[in-house]
Amino acid sequence: MTEAPQPAALHREVAELIVAALNLENGADTIEADAPLYGEGLGLDSIDILEVALVVSKRYGFSLRADNEDNLRIFASLRSLCEHIAANRTQ
Amino acid sequence: MHLPLIAHTDPHAVVAWRHGAAISARRFLADVRTLAAMLPPAGHILNACSDRYRFAVGFCATLLAGKTSLLPSTYTADTLRQLADFAPDCHLLCEDDPATQVLPAMRFPALDDAEPDGAFEVPRIAADHVAAWVFTSGSTGTPVPHRKRWGALVANVRAEAAALGFDPAHPATLVGTVPPQHMYGFESTVLLALLNGAAFDAGRPFYPADIAAALARARPPAVLVSTPFHLAKVLDAGIALPPAALLLSATAPLPDALARRAEAAFGAALLEIYGSTETGQVATRRPACDEAWTPFPGVRLETRETRTWAGGGHIEEEVALSDLIEHLADGRFLLRGRHADLVNIAGKRTSLGWLNQQLLGIPGVVDGSFYLPDDDGSAIVRLAAFVVAPGLTEAALRSALRARMDAAFLPRPLLFVDSLPRNATGKLPRAACAALLAAHRHGER
Repeated sequence: MTEAPQPAALHREVAELIVAALNLENGADTIEADAPLYGEGLGLDSIDILEVALVVSKRYGFSLRADNEDNLRIFASLRSLCEHIAANRTQ
Repeated sequence: MHLPLIAHTDPHAVVAWRHGAAISARRFLADVRTLAAMLPPAGHILNACSDRYRFAVGFCATLLAGKTSLLPSTYTADTLRQLADFAPDCHLLCEDDPATQVLPAMRFPALDDAEPDGAFEVPRIAADHVAAWVFTSGSTGTPVPHRKRWGALVANVRAEAAALGFDPAHPATLVGTVPPQHMYGFESTVLLALLNGAAFDAGRPFYPADIAAALARARPPAVLVSTPFHLAKVLDAGIALPPAALLLSATAPLPDALARRAEAAFGAALLEIYGSTETGQVATRRPACDEAWTPFPGVRLETRETRTWAGGGHIEEEVALSDLIEHLADGRFLLRGRHADLVNIAGKRTSLGWLNQQLLGIPGVVDGSFYLPDDDGSAIVRLAAFVVAPGLTEAALRSALRARMDAAFLPRPLLFVDSLPRNATGKLPRAACAALLAAHRHGER
């Protein structure tokens, strides 16, 4: 079993995935852990969320599911996304 | 002339699936009658319910009460205020706390779960009743209303069912990734089910795995109602996909390679619908087999000078199309691009004129312009904007833009410049915009 990375390391890694997937101009270190990713904050929309969901699924080996709950709850912030990844990742 | 609210003739026929449970035609009509009796006296109901079942009950209750639904394309605070100008008596039907809304609002009520009894009578609605006003963003800054009479909606959606080959003996289950308020989702999930004895899934699956699960759950024949963007993401996810009976796509032309991949992955034909908020649906095609579109029976497309106009069939007044049309000798047609001013980002449509007006209307903006770069082969081409606004921060300007437009149109990048490279006549040549953007991207590296 591999050792789970520290939250800070995962934050950094996921922020870099987001920046690369969306071709954003901000550096990964400008994404604050608790700032909203959607709307105010980083300003992602549902098109971006699906793009990020795809790279997250491939990198961490699980499919994002919302089951008709608020689709964007997982993407409330970098922290909530990382918590979801930490709880569900298979790789 | 009066036309029935739903086509289901058996009280036990399924109208919708919600959280895995079937909702019968009798249950649905009981819910519609309950809500119709509770609606406020206002003549216009702005139906903001995202649950497709609640939306359908709200729409039908509004019809039954002799009222009219308002279906805007976005729900920004600006849009809601503009709709209140259009219909000062408008009342919001919503799923959140009414106290937090900018308009007078009613929360969708909790409904009785007991199976109703009594006679099964389907209400009939006058064909000339204005069932809904749907809105496009227009070019002047104010949403442009388009009137939809009940008779025209019924005629259009019946023609759609015939074009899609719906069989009344085997009612379909429709699973939609599009919202019920958008003209395409409104017609091709809610009305297509109600007016053809079929059923819709109340949810709106978003992630690829949710879409696969919703389809796997759906009682066959299952139809996936989606968009090119969402279909591409579902295929790219590389997950196991359940079979479907039919795939539907609309909002933007579907590349034929993607259509063939989707047909192979789901083991189903993929049919595309061509239409717009203004016209409703006007044609279909199967892009994996043929590039040409077949107009709905009775619908006429006529090209005069540079524009093509749609009329006939369910279309009450001729509408100028935003696409360039090439007519074929057999009555079918090809799409040959869009008029230069029009923008379509992942199926959301607007014009550069409207976007520029929004930008220039923000206090502190001295000059500015949106720019749509050429298609570079990536999935989604995003807008850029250049702005002269010495006293504004990027965050303040982005926040002001977000209040005025759908998030899909927010510029990426938003470039602050000292002046725009306008030519002698004040126009902003595309080549100058392309150079400005290229210089910015080069500077980044």
